[in-house]
Amino acid sequence: MNKRDIQSSRVPVTDSRRRRTLLGVAGAAATGTLGFPGLMLAQPAPVRLGLIHSITGPTAYNGQHCRAGALMAIEDVNANGGIKALGGAKLEPVLGDSQSRVEVGVSEVERMQQQGIHAYQGCYNSAVVIAASQAAARYGTPFVVDVGVSDLIVNRGLKNVFRLSPGFGSCVKDGIATLDAIGKSSGRPAKSAVLVHESSEFGASTTKLIQAQLPGIGIEVKDVIAHDTPTRSFDNVVMKIRSLSPDLVMHTGYVNEYLLLARALHRFRADVTAYSILGGGFGAKLVREAPEASAYMLDFNHWYNPKDARVAPLRKRTEDLKMDFIFEVYCAYNAVMLLTDALERAGTVDNEAVVASLASSTWSDHFLPYGPTKFVNGQNQGGAAVGLQVLDGEIKVVAPSAYAEAEAVFPRPKRG
Amino acid sequence: MWEFLVSAVINGLMSGAIYVLVALGLTLIYGVLHIINFAHGSLLMLGMYAAFFAWSMLGISPYVTLPFACLGGFVLGYLLYRGVIGRFSAGKDENILLITLGLAIIIENLSLFFFASDTRTISMPGGDDIIIIGWLMISVPKLISFVAALVLCAGLSLYISRSDLGKAIRAVAKERQGARVVGINVERIYAISYGLGIACLGAAACLLMTSFYVSPAVGHAFVLVAFTTVVLGGMGSFVGALVGGLIIGVAESVSGAFLGEQLGQIAIPLIFVLILLFRPTGLFRGSQ
Repeated sequence: MNKRDIQSSRVPVTDSRRRRTLLGVAGAAATGTLGFPGLMLAQPAPVRLGLIHSITGPTAYNGQHCRAGALMAIEDVNANGGIKALGGAKLEPVLGDSQSRVEVGVSEVERMQQQGIHAYQGCYNSAVVIAASQAAARYGTPFVVDVGVSDLIVNRGLKNVFRLSPGFGSCVKDGIATLDAIGKSSGRPAKSAVLVHESSEFGASTTKLIQAQLPGIGIEVKDVIAHDTPTRSFDNVVMKIRSLSPDLVMHTGYVNEYLLLARALHRFRADVTAYSILGGGFGAKLVREAPEASAYMLDFNHWYNPKDARVAPLRKRTEDLKMDFIFEVYCAYNAVMLLTDALERAGTVDNEAVVASLASSTWSDHFLPYGPTKFVNGQNQGGAAVGLQVLDGEIKVVAPSAYAEAEAVFPRPKRG
Repeated sequence: MWEFLVSAVINGLMSGAIYVLVALGLTLIYGVLHIINFAHGSLLMLGMYAAFFAWSMLGISPYVTLPFACLGGFVLGYLLYRGVIGRFSAGKDENILLITLGLAIIIENLSLFFFASDTRTISMPGGDDIIIIGWLMISVPKLISFVAALVLCAGLSLYISRSDLGKAIRAVAKERQGARVVGINVERIYAISYGLGIACLGAAACLLMTSFYVSPAVGHAFVLVAFTTVVLGGMGSFVGALVGGLIIGVAESVSGAFLGEQLGQIAIPLIFVLILLFRPTGLFRGSQ
């Protein structure tokens, strides 16, 4: 698998898979089984997993990373003998591109359903997840959400939808508590904030929750600024932030705008601490492309367990693909593993059985900072995000203490 | 309050300068060929990738890349017209429209294939420099873009009005058949005009890269603004593109500052509709 495979709609054929295919054909030819197709049919039918992500469009960067994570997990499952309870059935990815658009996400479900999909995974954009999982619900097909934070995803009573990672409701609650703890432990807690958000479901709803909860920890919200995706310039936004002089700026946006705002804050010497909850652009790319602007930025987001030994090899594989090891990768990777566990326990690809298996899941063999899974209305109650900060050019976990790699610097030092 | 207003106006002028540069090529192409170049956004994107790779692979500043990007843009535009647009349009304007639309789709998808959809930015020394005048802060890269837009606009205007080639371009723009009768090679003028239009994009791309990101879809963020600029200024008018771009930049910035970034975005389509309703020829009649 290489990066171009991830961007194309072609299912990647790994070297080992290609080798096995060749060996299989050669072996079959040698033993004469090509003349007896019945013997070949003894192989278990593959489990077809529909992967729907934003491979093109404004959130293509994130969607491609989701797909990469899922494909690496499928590769690993198949390399380890497939689904053993199904006689070693392989996972077979069927690739879809939502183009970051709701209606395309739905049409991908309809297209894939005709191809006999056994389960779906996707989709990154909350709005696409909501619509695509609704479409899958008509067929009762299990839908595992790898990334997608809106709580609407799991609040509609759809029995086929399961989300491993936490939604924005719990992330905001925990993120606000973490901000409070970091502020108190520094002895200089924040008193005011300006909230900046992108205007779709993700940004608007997350910010609404943040706005409601900040007064509870003594932080006054001085202004809420919405912006479109894409936005060409944040200069005016930063001028406004400077004129309001808040202690914090909290941005909920996608990767490009997140980066542009960070650079504008830096350029105009805005002495304000950036703390985001589910800041869509907080990651390796931000640190690499804006090393000075990203210094001391804080975020509360999905992350891996830094103490788990499986992280480093997966990071290397991701970087070998010339991709970033961001949460999209490992959330999607673990979502496939969650589904694999459910299939192993169900022992069948029957929709109802797999849905029941997911609903009763207590899976803990992941490398996320979570406990065992426990689904209530499709939401994993064991999922949790962590506090992160850019320190010395790297992203470090700063909270909770069980996973912390460094102590938070709060508020950020004055810009030079 | 007035400090905030002045900041917004200055920021708007700086953003408007970029719109001017993008619109300059579009208005030149419209003024001469009488077609809307749908490939404009895609070609801007190609220029931005050129500036990005010059920086990331060779360490060449976008300001140094600028003249080469202009030259490369001219050659690319000339060849595109000679090899594709002129050849397959059969002299029909509607065919040219479809061909440029097709080119846009092809360029964008090829970019997606070769460059991936990752957004890329450059972080160059001095990229975050600002000039501080009292409470006023001006981004140096944007100020450079502003000055460059004025210089380029004036230079192009002078060249078109004074040089022999410029006179030939104006003759073709005004009366194609008449120009042909007096011995002007109209097809060559079309190709040169298209090349000049894309050369302007090369300049815009290099200046834009100092403060923005590039991705295969980045042209979409600017091309609608450029169309509005051209309509506002008067289709085919350089002065119109300059004034129109600056007005749109300021309108967008001020409305964004006072109505909110989201609601402020209505300024551009609102200007577009108002101009079509009350002055469909634009502020400056296409001088050509």
